[in-house]
Amino acid sequence: MEPSLSHHGFGPDLAEVFGPSQMAGSPSGALGLVQLLTPEGERVHHAEFDRDFGAEELRGFYRDMVLTRRIDTEATALQRHGELGIWAQLLGQEAAQIGAGRALRPQDYVFPTYREHGVAYCRGVDPLNLLGLFRGVDHGAWNPKDNNFGLYTIVIGAQALHATGYAMGMQRDGVVGTGDPDRDAAVVAHFGDGASSQGDVNEAFIFAASYNAPVVFFCQNNQWAISEPIERQSRIPLYQRALGFGFPGVRVDGNDVLATYAVTQAALQRARDGQGPTLVEAYTYRMGAHTTTDDPTRYRLSDDLEHWKLKDPIARLEAYLRRNGLVDDDFVAELKVEADELGHHLREGCKALPDPQPLSMFDHVYTEETEEIAAQREGYARYLESFEGSRS
Amino acid sequence: MSTRITLAKGLNMGLRKAMEDDPKVLVMGEDVGKLGGVFRITDGLQKDFGEDRVIDSPLAESGIVGTAVGMALRGYRPVVEIQFDGFVYPAYDQIVCQVAKMTYRSKGRSPMPMVIRIPFGGGIGAVEHHSESPEAQFAHTPGLKVVACSNPVDGYWMIQQAIASDDPVIFLEPKRQYHADKAELDESVTPDPLFSSRIVRAGTDATVLAYGPTVKTALKAAEAAAGDGVSLEVIDLRTLSPLDMGPVYDSVRRTGRAVVTHEAHVNLGMGAEISARITEECFYSLEAPVLRVGGFDTPYPASRIEEDFLPDLDRVLDAVDRSLDF
Repeated sequence: MEPSLSHHGFGPDLAEVFGPSQMAGSPSGALGLVQLLTPEGERVHHAEFDRDFGAEELRGFYRDMVLTRRIDTEATALQRHGELGIWAQLLGQEAAQIGAGRALRPQDYVFPTYREHGVAYCRGVDPLNLLGLFRGVDHGAWNPKDNNFGLYTIVIGAQALHATGYAMGMQRDGVVGTGDPDRDAAVVAHFGDGASSQGDVNEAFIFAASYNAPVVFFCQNNQWAISEPIERQSRIPLYQRALGFGFPGVRVDGNDVLATYAVTQAALQRARDGQGPTLVEAYTYRMGAHTTTDDPTRYRLSDDLEHWKLKDPIARLEAYLRRNGLVDDDFVAELKVEADELGHHLREGCKALPDPQPLSMFDHVYTEETEEIAAQREGYARYLESFEGSRS
Repeated sequence: MSTRITLAKGLNMGLRKAMEDDPKVLVMGEDVGKLGGVFRITDGLQKDFGEDRVIDSPLAESGIVGTAVGMALRGYRPVVEIQFDGFVYPAYDQIVCQVAKMTYRSKGRSPMPMVIRIPFGGGIGAVEHHSESPEAQFAHTPGLKVVACSNPVDGYWMIQQAIASDDPVIFLEPKRQYHADKAELDESVTPDPLFSSRIVRAGTDATVLAYGPTVKTALKAAEAAAGDGVSLEVIDLRTLSPLDMGPVYDSVRRTGRAVVTHEAHVNLGMGAEISARITEECFYSLEAPVLRVGGFDTPYPASRIEEDFLPDLDRVLDAVDRSLDF
């Protein structure tokens, strides 16, 4: 029996779920940054979100982040070589994305922005499929149903509403709060600090709260919306906004994959259990440009970048793993080979992506082609055929 | 079995039938539940289908349409109600950038079987934003289908057909007609296809094209013209995107004259597109330029003078006279 959708309560006492120190609005909330691994790679403990990580799991996070960074650097290089028109870099946000991506179960569903390359990787989307959008050969090459990973959304924040509606659908399908771990499901809505100003994101908060929808609002606060700093978007820490909407907000160190994983997992479980939405603010930094067309030297200090380099998500986990003898040079060397193979796959695959045929522009405007579109298709085909060596 | 129904009743019965036929059909909007909608179109549905299927939404149009996108992606067929035409604009981004493009973006893998119901048009003495005709904005958007019903029987059938469509449909309802005229509904007949226009009065001297609220105006004009010995053919376009121009071309080739009428502003309205198409296809049959009778290119005026803004019988007949005199 699924919980009634007309239930307007918010489940158990929020402080009970997330502990008093992490609750938005609590005296220590403003300072509360959940962290399990310091920038120096020291494992620290946390009262509410601590958990044990096995060696395999830790090595897995490390591998995921290294490969994700490789996807990003390869794609950036492909843009520089003219193979991609543009690329949205995730450099520095690997921990936030792998932590969030690995906390998912197969039945959960993800609504990404256009920067969620690490989450896509976690969902099993071939990274090559991410490139088509940026190369200009399609608007999204993967089937969302294959991996429960939606297409990239470019209009800022629009997907937060889709995620909420999808979660409302899950409620109606009876896959929330049944207690069956293989059945209960939730949705993650990804967005950034800039999107937090969008009406759609705020409306999504309202709808999710009103219907107690199983959605985790995962905000990667990378401090910059192109050239505008977070201070232009919000006068308070973003996670504190959640309280005003009636659900918990947590700020987690987004460069700490362990903490991001633990917090996202807790928020997802809360959603799957029928306890409603959570806002997770993954506090991180956009090490690269907004996209490859952007020039951050025009608007931010290189000192900031140097400061955040010391908090690098991969370096800190590697320091921890090496100090504890959990990885050795062989592991790192093997991973390098794997990353090189991935790079090769992306380089060769990208260059081999065929340009779409001109007439394919008429495909899928509707589920069934209208006479109007069919006539335009035929007319343009005839026009193309009228040229020698026509392309059609 | 046949019953006499209003447009409001026809739409209500059609929604009910669609919900009975398919458990994936959901109704969502402001005040659609207990109240039954401000025009009572969803009257009684929440009582019979429950709060999970007839959903009173927070007061946010983009939120309504955006969450409906998510529900459609999950396999539902949401029917959302926008309370008044002038309030659709907060949802415009979701409609144009998401609803309209999802099928295309996903190469057909993520269709959007959604209906967005919009009471449209004027003539009810309302305050600003309650009497608009935004159809051209949606008909101009590839990926959307746009239809307008004009009478109770079409209301009953067309809403069911729109819900059954796998493409998103902007469904325009002439609010002035909701509770106006009754018509005989025979549920045993097979309805015309949704995306088809229909000759509603045969004639020989000129063709008057109308949809939604102006169909009644055009029919009254034809009746009056008949008294003067002028025979007007009236076509209810019913579908605005795609347009079903075949019957229109046939008619204009016979009459040689066409007048298009709608409540929306004339500038870049549906009449402009229809006129261009008729000119392209029926050039040598035309005895006169295609004329347009619509709302003026002003914002919708204060309601005490709205009847001067709206095309009426006399303005339609004036255009017919100009066409015949050309």
